[in-house]
Amino acid sequence: MNQQTPNSFSTGPDDHGRFGIFGGRFVAETLMPLILDLEAAYEQAKTDPAFHAEIAHLHTHYVGRPSPLYLAERLTEHLGGAKVYFKRDELNHTGAHKINNVLGQILLARRMGKKRIIAETGAGQHGVATATACAKYGLECVVYMGAVDVERQKPNVFRMKMLGATVVPVQSGARTLKDAMNEALRDWVTNVENTFYCIGTAAGPHPYPAMVRDFQSIIGKEAKEQVLAAEGRLPDSIIACIGGGSNAIGLFHPFLDDKSVAIYGVEAAGHGLNVENGHAASLAGGKPGVLHGNRTYLLMDDDGQILEGHSISAGLDYPGIGPEHAWLRDVGRVTYLSATDKEALAAFQLCSQLEGIIPALEPAHALAKVMELAPKLPRDHVMVMNMCGRGDKDIFAVAEHLGGM
Amino acid sequence: MTTRIDRRFAALAAENRAALVTYLMAGDPDPATSLEVFHAMAKAGADVLEIGMAFTDPMADGPSIQAAGLRALQAGMTLKKTLALVADFRKTDNDTPVVLMGYYNPIYVMGVDKFLAAAQEAGVDGLIVVDLPPEEDDELCIPALKAGLNFIRLATPTTDDKRLPSVLNNTSGFVYYVSLTGITGAAIADYGKVGAAVGRIKGHTKLPVAVGFGVKTADNARQIASQADGVVVGTALVDALKKSLDADNKATAGTVEAVASLVRELAGGVSAGRKVAAE
Repeated sequence: MNQQTPNSFSTGPDDHGRFGIFGGRFVAETLMPLILDLEAAYEQAKTDPAFHAEIAHLHTHYVGRPSPLYLAERLTEHLGGAKVYFKRDELNHTGAHKINNVLGQILLARRMGKKRIIAETGAGQHGVATATACAKYGLECVVYMGAVDVERQKPNVFRMKMLGATVVPVQSGARTLKDAMNEALRDWVTNVENTFYCIGTAAGPHPYPAMVRDFQSIIGKEAKEQVLAAEGRLPDSIIACIGGGSNAIGLFHPFLDDKSVAIYGVEAAGHGLNVENGHAASLAGGKPGVLHGNRTYLLMDDDGQILEGHSISAGLDYPGIGPEHAWLRDVGRVTYLSATDKEALAAFQLCSQLEGIIPALEPAHALAKVMELAPKLPRDHVMVMNMCGRGDKDIFAVAEHLGGM
Repeated sequence: MTTRIDRRFAALAAENRAALVTYLMAGDPDPATSLEVFHAMAKAGADVLEIGMAFTDPMADGPSIQAAGLRALQAGMTLKKTLALVADFRKTDNDTPVVLMGYYNPIYVMGVDKFLAAAQEAGVDGLIVVDLPPEEDDELCIPALKAGLNFIRLATPTTDDKRLPSVLNNTSGFVYYVSLTGITGAAIADYGKVGAAVGRIKGHTKLPVAVGFGVKTADNARQIASQADGVVVGTALVDALKKSLDADNKATAGTVEAVASLVRELAGGVSAGRKVAAE
C-alpha cells in the first residue's frame, strides 16, 4: 500500500466529512442547509456537559448500561482455543445496540426543536429503538421499512405499531433496507422544515457517520474498562458483524490506536461471495461509489447501478457500508471477513445451545468467524465479540430455514 | 466560451419569451423510441432538452421518474448508451441544447475525465447532478466547467440568502429553481411565492432562472413563464409517455405524438405567459 500509515486511526473525519476519500456530503441541495444545521447543533452538543450527562443518565436508568462483558465459558471450551467474551449489548432495552445511537439523535432533535422523526429500518431493530425513544419523548415517528422486511420481521413491525409509530412498507426496488433509505430521504426532502432523520447506522452524509459512531462508542469504552478489570490487560482481538457497521465501529473506535489489538469485521456473505448478487459483502465484493450521501464501497454493476445484495439477516442486507469502515479497510487497520447464511445459522444454534443466549442473526455472523478463528489461537488469547442484538425477532425466520422445529 | 444553452437563452430573451425546458429519461421505453421522441419534442417547441441518466436509486425523484428509470434500465440503458443517444440526436440537430440530468454514481464509476470527454464528444451542453451540492464541487463541477460544459445547479426554498452565493458561485448556463421542498412530481402549492423567489435569486446572479417541480399543464406553464426565464416540465411528460405504452411497457404507434402534443400545449402556455407579463 502506497498510503502512509496515519499516526492515529481515530481522528477522522476531516472538515469535509471525509475519511480518506470516503464519506462526504452527497445530497440534494434541499437537504444541504439542514445537514449544516445538524452539524453545528451536534458540534455544540458535543461540548456541552449537560448533553453528555443526559445521555449518561438514560444509559443507566433507561437502557440498562453498562452492558455486561461475559466470558462464554462453554463456547470457549468447545472451541478449544481463544478465551471468548461477549459484549452483551443484546441486553439493552429494545434488544440491540441501536438504542445507544437513537437516544443521542433524539436528544439532539429535541435541542433542534424538531417534532417529527423519520427512520429507515431493515431488521426492525432501529425502527423499534426509534419508536421507543419517540414514545418516551412524545414525538411523531414514521418508520420506512421494505415490504419484504415487513413480512420477514413481523414481531418488530407489531412492536413499532404498539409504540405508536407509523410503519410505511416500501414497495420500490427490492423492497428491503436500501429502498427504505431512499424513501426516508424522499420524505426528508419533502418535510425538511419540521423533520429530523434518525439514521440507524454509521453511514449517510456527514455528520451522520461520525455522530452515530460517537453515540455507539460507549460499547468500546465500556468493553475496554471491563476487559482491563477482568484480565488486567487489553484484549488480543475484537470482532463484530457489519451491515452499515454501527455496532462494529462502536466497539472498534476506542481500540483503533491500540496497535496490539487485532480487529475483525464480519460482512454477510449470503449464499457465498462467488454467487452473483447473492451476498451483501460490500468490502469483499464491491468497489468505491456514491450512494445515500456518502462515498463508500458499494455493490454495483459496471454501469454504477446499485445491486440489491442478499443476506439471511435483514439487518446486514445492504449494498453499502459506513465510510469509516471503507477507510479502515484501505489503510489496513481492520481485517474484514465474511460469513455465509449457512455459517450464521450454525453459529445461531451453537450459541443458543451452549450459552443459553439466542443471538440475533446479525451477530451470529460474527460468531461464525469466532468459531473459525478461536480454535487456531492459544488459550491465553483474549477475544471480545460484540453480541449486538438478541435473536427473538429471528426465531420464526430461522425455524423456516431449518425446516420447522 | 458560450454553449448552446447560453445562446438559446439569449435568443429567447431577445424575443421576450421564456424557455420551455423538457425532461424525459434516456431510453424510456427503449433507445430508438427515445431518440425519436427527443427530435419530436424539439420540433414541437421544446427549447432545452433535459435528458435523464437512469439510476437505480433516484433519491430526489417521485414514483413517475423512478418508474421511467427502471423502464430504461430494463431496456438495457447504461450511461454509455445515454451518451450514444445524445450523439445520435446531434447528427440531425445541432442547435437544441442538451442537458444531462441524474445522479453521480454512474459518472463516478465511469470516471469523471472519461465521462466529460465522452459528453463533449457527444454534444452535451450541460449537466445537472442532483447529489452534488457546492460542498462537493471538486468532484465534477469544477472539472466540467474547465471542460467547457455548463454545470446547472438547483436552488431550493431552503437555499437562503446566506447560502445562495455559494450555490450560484460555480453555476453556469441557467439556475434551476426547485419550486418546492420535495421530490419530482409533487404539486406547487403557491404560485404567488415563485415570482418572489425568482426575484430573490436574480438579485444574486445575471444567469437566467428556470423554475420546475410541479408544472403539469399549459396553464401552469403560462403562470410560471410570466415570472421566470424558463419553465421546466418533467413528470407530466414522463406520465404522458407512460400512458401511451402498452401493457408490457412497450412503445406504441401513439407514443411519439403523445409526448409531442403535450409539448405543443406547454409551448403555447409558455408563449402566452410572456405576453401577459408584457401587457
